[in-house]
Amino acid sequence: MTQERISVRNLNVLFNAHHALKNISVDIPENGITMIIGPSGCGKTTFLKAINRLLDLTEGAKVSGEITVGETNVYSERNVTDIRKRLGLISQTPTPLPMSIYDNVAYGPRIHGASDGKALERLVENCLEIVALWDEVKTRLKEPASKLSVGQQQRLCMARTIAIRPEILLCDEPTSALDPTSARSIELLFQMLKNEYTIVFVTHSLSQARRLADHVIFLYLGELVEHGPASEFFAKPKDPRTRAYIDGVFG
Amino acid sequence: MKRGDFEEKIVRLLMILSALLVLGSLFALLTVVVWRGISALSLSMITETPVGGYYFGRSGGILNAIIGSLYLAGAATFLSCLISLPAALYLNEYSTNSKVANSVRLSLDVLWGIPSIVYGAFAFTIMLYLSARASLFWGIITVALLVFPIMTRAMDEAIRLVPLSLREGSYALGSTRLETATRVVVRQALPGILTAILLAFGRGIGDAASVLFTAGYSDSVPRSIFEPAATLPLAVFFQLTSPVPQVQDRAYASAIILLILVLIASLASRVSTRKLFRYVVG
Amino acid sequence: MDRGIVDVLAGRVMWAVSAFSLVLVFIIASVLVLKSMPILSSRSLVELLITSAWNPPRGEFGFYPFVAGTFLVTGLTLLLACPVCLLTAVYLAEYAPRGIRGIVKPAVDLLAGIPSVIFGLWGVLFIVPLIKGYAARLLGINITGYSVLAGAIVLAIMVSPILISISEEVIRAVPLQLREASVALGATSWQTTKHVVLRKALPGIFAAVVLAFGRAFGETMAVLMVVGNVPQVPTSVLDPAYPIPALIANEYGEMLSIPFYDSALLFGALILLIVVSVFNIMARIVLVKLEGRSF
Repeated sequence: MTQERISVRNLNVLFNAHHALKNISVDIPENGITMIIGPSGCGKTTFLKAINRLLDLTEGAKVSGEITVGETNVYSERNVTDIRKRLGLISQTPTPLPMSIYDNVAYGPRIHGASDGKALERLVENCLEIVALWDEVKTRLKEPASKLSVGQQQRLCMARTIAIRPEILLCDEPTSALDPTSARSIELLFQMLKNEYTIVFVTHSLSQARRLADHVIFLYLGELVEHGPASEFFAKPKDPRTRAYIDGVFG
Repeated sequence: MKRGDFEEKIVRLLMILSALLVLGSLFALLTVVVWRGISALSLSMITETPVGGYYFGRSGGILNAIIGSLYLAGAATFLSCLISLPAALYLNEYSTNSKVANSVRLSLDVLWGIPSIVYGAFAFTIMLYLSARASLFWGIITVALLVFPIMTRAMDEAIRLVPLSLREGSYALGSTRLETATRVVVRQALPGILTAILLAFGRGIGDAASVLFTAGYSDSVPRSIFEPAATLPLAVFFQLTSPVPQVQDRAYASAIILLILVLIASLASRVSTRKLFRYVVG
Repeated sequence: MDRGIVDVLAGRVMWAVSAFSLVLVFIIASVLVLKSMPILSSRSLVELLITSAWNPPRGEFGFYPFVAGTFLVTGLTLLLACPVCLLTAVYLAEYAPRGIRGIVKPAVDLLAGIPSVIFGLWGVLFIVPLIKGYAARLLGINITGYSVLAGAIVLAIMVSPILISISEEVIRAVPLQLREASVALGATSWQTTKHVVLRKALPGIFAAVVLAFGRAFGETMAVLMVVGNVPQVPTSVLDPAYPIPALIANEYGEMLSIPFYDSALLFGALILLIVVSVFNIMARIVLVKLEGRSF
């Protein structure tokens, strides 16, 4: 899996009158896990959705600026489905599609042209193995995905995202809806995946950021306050707001 | 607070009486019609077509009307579905301009409210202009017009209920609007969509004013789409206006048959919502 | 991209289909207006609507009896239906236990699906003799029973599903916090309902009534069978009437044999279209504003 770097320049997002993201410029490196932290409502989800152009679906959202994934400018790319294929999105609440477990994972490959057969079956099995779900579901692949537990559903969402072979994984608080045990197993999964994918991970949990981050981006009230390698960020924060957040003064 | 409590008690009583009145009306309606019609209900009613002189007491049945209605309502529902489903999907998946979507919805609401007699009169005017005769074909067109706003509205409501997160999940995997609409949204909304279709069918099969001028009437089962066709509501009406009491009784029996058909459609929409849709999320 | 093209093409087709509904309204209205032109240009609109003389073979087209009849029947329908249906709706939304809701709601849905011809049948069988009997016994007068009252009773039952289900939805949509606030101040259940919930739900209930009006106004079959169909202005609820839908249904066969008759009847259809559409649009605007979505 190739990893790609994301380059954001002067990103501004407005929802009608509300200026949600203010002039964000940052580079997301192609290796490791980049965590985006900050208190709730500060634009973290909006930032992710701007990258994979899911904001196109929101009425009243105006996006300006430049986002480049590798060599491609996301917003000037004519075919939005191609861009989205390269950027996998895992949301906070698991959203299994209304199909069987097998079909959920096969959905992505199928719409991008894969035909049914041994190759597809192997792909589905492979993806389910990577997310450590295969053993639990291999005997009931035709059952509705909605029957899985929340933790299993989230892993299923990860499997279906991996199935489209993205370069980058955008994750919007993927563990916050899960119980601690499931959350921990998914964190371990991400640590394994970071060698193959560029991972952008939004979280509101500082402890999770400390555990997982290789790089950190701190967003506060729609502004980019500080960013850098995790070791530096947590040890020697430069901005007073960063220091205050890390010390737990707010958020 | 004594006055408040007293008022409360009176109002509660009135409420229960009102609900009972509503239930009672339904009960009264069903019992009276069934009681009066059950004696005339026989196998020949549903298997035979009217013989000459049927309306004056001779033998026969209303098979012509049963088949005619089923053909008519079935075809009209199908035709309407071809327009309603794309329209409902368009309003929810494709329409980027909410003003456009709202004007379409408003016009659907206007169409929904147009009385069936107006649809019938409109269609009849077109038929006169084209020098066309009353036939199954025109009945189908008219009922399709009548029924399509009802179906579209109901489908629209069902599709709106599909959560945004589900759609986003599909888009995030790189699907187009059409793929999300047909593979994910329709699947999730399938119970509601089926209910919409059955609702429309029930309405279509029971309406008289729309077919009065347009489908004509006939004593035989229609063999081609351009022949006039008998319909159950009109069969009930014509038998009722006969001077012979026997035939009037048959009107009530025909009404029972019509009721049964409508009931089947209604029950079918309830059952389908629960059992058949394993994959629906949430 | 192939998929992209398919997507766009499909979008075009769907757009055309949706636009069809916009176009359809205009087509229907235009056709009716066009066909009404002959009679509208030979007599003034006011004259048509106010005069009572109805004798088509002699060229007399006074619509007043029909207009009056339609409004009277519809008005009485609402008078009968609103109190009962509103109370039922409040009961279902606020007070009824689960089990009772489980019986009444399906019953209302069932009522909604019953074809109009069966309501008419029942009206002829049950309501008309009832009225005839009571008129003879209580008032000592001899009537056929086919009357405004018969039409109104049958229509009231026919429109009750609309009134009940929309009102109930609107009442249920009133936020819980509002009710809690009232109860916390010591109000009884009914006081809360009366002063807080109903006040908040009033626009929606009004819209439901308006929609029911539209439905009753345009109803043909059931009304035709029980209302008497005499082209005279009713002077009491026991008099027969001749609503416009019934007129069109009964007389369409004569349409082409008498000059201006087709134009007159389609003018009647146009009146129906305009009145019902105006009421419908009013009601929808209220409902959309209420919820931010259309019902």
